[in-house]
Amino acid sequence: MKLIEIKNCYKVYNNGVTAIADLNLSIEKGEFVFVIGASGSGKSTLIKMLYREEKPTNGNVYVGGINVAKLRNSKVYKLRRKIGNVFQDFKLLPKLTVYENVAFALESIGLHSKEIRPKVIKALESVGLKEKMRSFPNQLSGGEQQRVCIARAIVNDPKILICDEPTGNLDPDISKEIVLILDKINKESGTTIVMATHDKEIVNRMKKRVIHLENGVVVSDDKKGSYKVHESN
Amino acid sequence: MKAIRILARGIRDAFKSVIRNFSLSTAAITCSSITLILVAVAMIISYNVKNITKDLEKELSIVVYMKETVTEDQINEFKSKLEAMKNENVEAYTFKSKEEWKLEMKNYSDTFSTALDYLDTNPLLNSFTIIVKDVNHLKETTDEIKKLDYIESADYGEGMAENLVKAFDVIEKVTLVIVLALILVTAFLIGNTIRLTIFSRRNEIEIMRLVGASNISIRLPFLFEGFFLGILGSIIPILVTIYGYVLLYDHFNGYLFTHIIRLTEPFNFILYVALLLLLIGAIIGMIGSYRAVRKYLKI
Repeated sequence: MKLIEIKNCYKVYNNGVTAIADLNLSIEKGEFVFVIGASGSGKSTLIKMLYREEKPTNGNVYVGGINVAKLRNSKVYKLRRKIGNVFQDFKLLPKLTVYENVAFALESIGLHSKEIRPKVIKALESVGLKEKMRSFPNQLSGGEQQRVCIARAIVNDPKILICDEPTGNLDPDISKEIVLILDKINKESGTTIVMATHDKEIVNRMKKRVIHLENGVVVSDDKKGSYKVHESN
Repeated sequence: MKAIRILARGIRDAFKSVIRNFSLSTAAITCSSITLILVAVAMIISYNVKNITKDLEKELSIVVYMKETVTEDQINEFKSKLEAMKNENVEAYTFKSKEEWKLEMKNYSDTFSTALDYLDTNPLLNSFTIIVKDVNHLKETTDEIKKLDYIESADYGEGMAENLVKAFDVIEKVTLVIVLALILVTAFLIGNTIRLTIFSRRNEIEIMRLVGASNISIRLPFLFEGFFLGILGSIIPILVTIYGYVLLYDHFNGYLFTHIIRLTEPFNFILYVALLLLLIGAIIGMIGSYRAVRKYLKI
């Protein structure tokens, strides 16, 4: 079953920059995909189109059966509830504890506090931060903060986890740890993971599908790829 | 159930935000308090002026004296003409015959009584007192009546009373404009406060959007916040209006300067004003925040 399907997709920004040009792509349920490419290759645009932060100018983007290109503003939340987001800068709320940060996601979508508690505890357990749930984000290390961000992303059991440079702010050892957590989530709950990254070492070590973008075009798509530098003629 | 939870969360967040942004909320509440006090003053003036005008209008009537030689048939003819004018500006009329006048004057004082007894004929005239529908056309109606037959004179209280009514009319319109302007200012102030709280919570809003909170559940807390700010801002004006007006009324014993200008009694009038202030506060709070939410919460 194809969870993500992108057909003849174009994205041209208002300033005339073409970020994505005639992109065709499909990602199956349960896959772990790396999206790589230099800055300005359209990697971030692709990621942002998956959760409709950006709308394609042309073509269709299907995510979990929803056509993102035709999704109305007032219905965006339906898509977002199927997706978990992990960010480079974590985006945690500084005044809330770890527990509250994760619970915030469920409160926002109107869940009852009785349902919230077990889900939050489970999510924190799977990233190994249960004992720190009463800490505030500024009392945690970068890696721990990213794990909170992952816990918040998976707490509502999303079908897809979208990670935009999740290890961009972390040192190599911690980065490895984060990717292993993502890998575990992928294997244990079958969550599809799309991860944009710059990290050569991680990509090479994990041996997962690698989609390489350059100037808005897919230059290679390998099932067990590695971080290669493609010559663009 | 879910709707109730979203509603409850909206109210809770609104309270939290009012308390957390204490200085900002205080500023908005103070500003709306001041404007609402002015609104209340304008409303009280406007309503009083309206009542005073009504009182004065009752006093304004056309007095018609018939010619001395007029016969009973001619009086009846005149009556029927007045009756016909009821389609126009004539509201009602009363007839007083010269005999009635004589009787009244005799009762008024002994001097008149003896003086009138010396005369063989009745020197007084038959008269009509006519009340009009619209005081603003008093002059035109009088002119029209003057054209009728068998009339000695037709007059109305030209001058002071008429001018006073006209002046009050202007005052009433001006205060209404001031009230509307102040209401707009208050809505703007509350909207501005909401805009700042939206700004201070933009990270929270961003995350809510990313995890799939529906638009309504993001907007609701801000709408409630505006509602609360409006209500809190109307409490002081309500107290000031109730106590202030009762004190003022007692101080002047219900009359302003002369016995012509009668103030409206405080109860229940002032309670209606208080209720209106509360409603205005709540509604403009909501309107202000709705505008801010729509403009600054691009979702």
